[in-house]
Amino acid sequence: MPAITVTDLHKSYGAYEALRGIDFEIETGEVFGLLGPNGAGKTSTVEILEGYRRRDGGTVSVLGEDPELAGLDWRQRIGVVLQSGALYQNLTVLESLELFAGYYERPGHVDDVIELVGLAEKRDARVRTLSGGQKRRLDLALGLIGNPEVLFLDEPTTGFDPAARRAAWNVIRSLRTLGKTILLTTHYLDEAEQLSDRVAVLREGTIVAIGRPAELSGAAPATEIRYQLNGEDVLVSTHEPTRVLHELTSEALAEGRELEGLSVRRPTLEEIYLALTEERGE
Amino acid sequence: MKLFAHQLRSEQLLYWRSRELAFFTFLFPVMLFVLLDSVYGDDVIKGEHVKASAYLLAGMLGYGVASTAFAGLAIVLVLRRESGILKRVRATPLPPATYLVAVILSTVIVFAIEAAALIILARLVFDVKLATQWPSLVLALLLGALSFAALGIALTAPIRSGEGSSAVVNAIYLPMAFLSGSFVSPHEYPRFLEVIAEILPLTYFIRLMRDVVLRNHTIWSSWESAVVVAAWGVCGLVLAVRSFRWAPREG
Repeated sequence: MPAITVTDLHKSYGAYEALRGIDFEIETGEVFGLLGPNGAGKTSTVEILEGYRRRDGGTVSVLGEDPELAGLDWRQRIGVVLQSGALYQNLTVLESLELFAGYYERPGHVDDVIELVGLAEKRDARVRTLSGGQKRRLDLALGLIGNPEVLFLDEPTTGFDPAARRAAWNVIRSLRTLGKTILLTTHYLDEAEQLSDRVAVLREGTIVAIGRPAELSGAAPATEIRYQLNGEDVLVSTHEPTRVLHELTSEALAEGRELEGLSVRRPTLEEIYLALTEERGE
Repeated sequence: MKLFAHQLRSEQLLYWRSRELAFFTFLFPVMLFVLLDSVYGDDVIKGEHVKASAYLLAGMLGYGVASTAFAGLAIVLVLRRESGILKRVRATPLPPATYLVAVILSTVIVFAIEAAALIILARLVFDVKLATQWPSLVLALLLGALSFAALGIALTAPIRSGEGSSAVVNAIYLPMAFLSGSFVSPHEYPRFLEVIAEILPLTYFIRLMRDVVLRNHTIWSSWESAVVVAAWGVCGLVLAVRSFRWAPREG
């Protein structure tokens, strides 16, 4: 049974349609990335799944329950890391985790969780003295302390420097090995690509692509072959790079020419993403 | 019950750790009492045969309940709401009612310590002659703390931002404390201010304090004042239950 099922989910804010019927399933133990620009509907989707917002249409199930109706027992089994995580500034890292651990029946071991998110050195430091990245890791720790089966991570690394992002990625990878089901939202492509088993690309409240990161790159823009002919740049875009390249090189060989500046580029996930999410009509 | 004790302990830790909050809501009324009493304590209140010290004690118990249970609680809850802490708490299996009751009881504990400090100071340092019905005093203090806590929670709903919370709360509770006679007797005010004072819950709480702490009344013999305080508390409770929000305003 999937850990999370979303069917024809709709949500409007006044006249604005934030979600226009989205569908996806997340298997137990899967890391699923929800990717899209700001305003695409990522946070609306996640907050409906977390039970914070009511949906206007469609069905949603998280661990077999409807988040709108689920009780406190259900909350024992989920972990939430909000986009803007708030912390008690005057507590230490250890005290913060002990406070939240006390809310759960089967919490994780506080020191293990501190170790996992890499805050062991800051264990007894007041929260207000932590750096932005360290606070975000404490956020993550608080989401994990209840030992959840499903973890929601809403933009876990926004605002991080590259080193802090890599550190956070390692934490999330180690969660995957613990068998947690993770729903991750991000507007960073490399993040979705690095961490997720599958990715859904959201644009204007609709899913425009869904699949493994590698499959997504097969779905879209063409491979670009560039070379120079008589000093002029030539660009060939094709979905059949093997055939086109073979023709080009055979021709050049037969004529005894060199294909100056020959390059073959597969589109990066970045370009695929931009192609998928760019405004209609452009 | 274990959850409740856990939250109550945590709230106490959070309160005393937050030095700004502990200073303004706990220490400040005590300081103000010492200052005012040192200056005006020996004056005699017109028409009464008591020292101003005695009146000030009752007034400061009122100021203390307004600053701890009303102002302090409102500011803390708005800050927690707007920063997203309340939203985070809602994501956990902690029942929302357990959380709120622990927050309120923690405030009551702080106020109880404050009231004890004020009374001990009055008696030992300023030589105030107490004629106190102790069981009635405990009941009256509890009634005041709960009523003002309910009003404080009700006040969180119309406040829009964490930055604005202190300003809004101070603009309400400081004039209220002044008009209700926290610092002097309200009988000396001009008529129109007296009319306003006659509506405010703190006026009645301070009246109740004077009766119970200084005049050997019971809470039952001063029931009119107690009923007004309780009625305000019930109004606050109804508003609080109807309008309390857990999530910050959407950016």
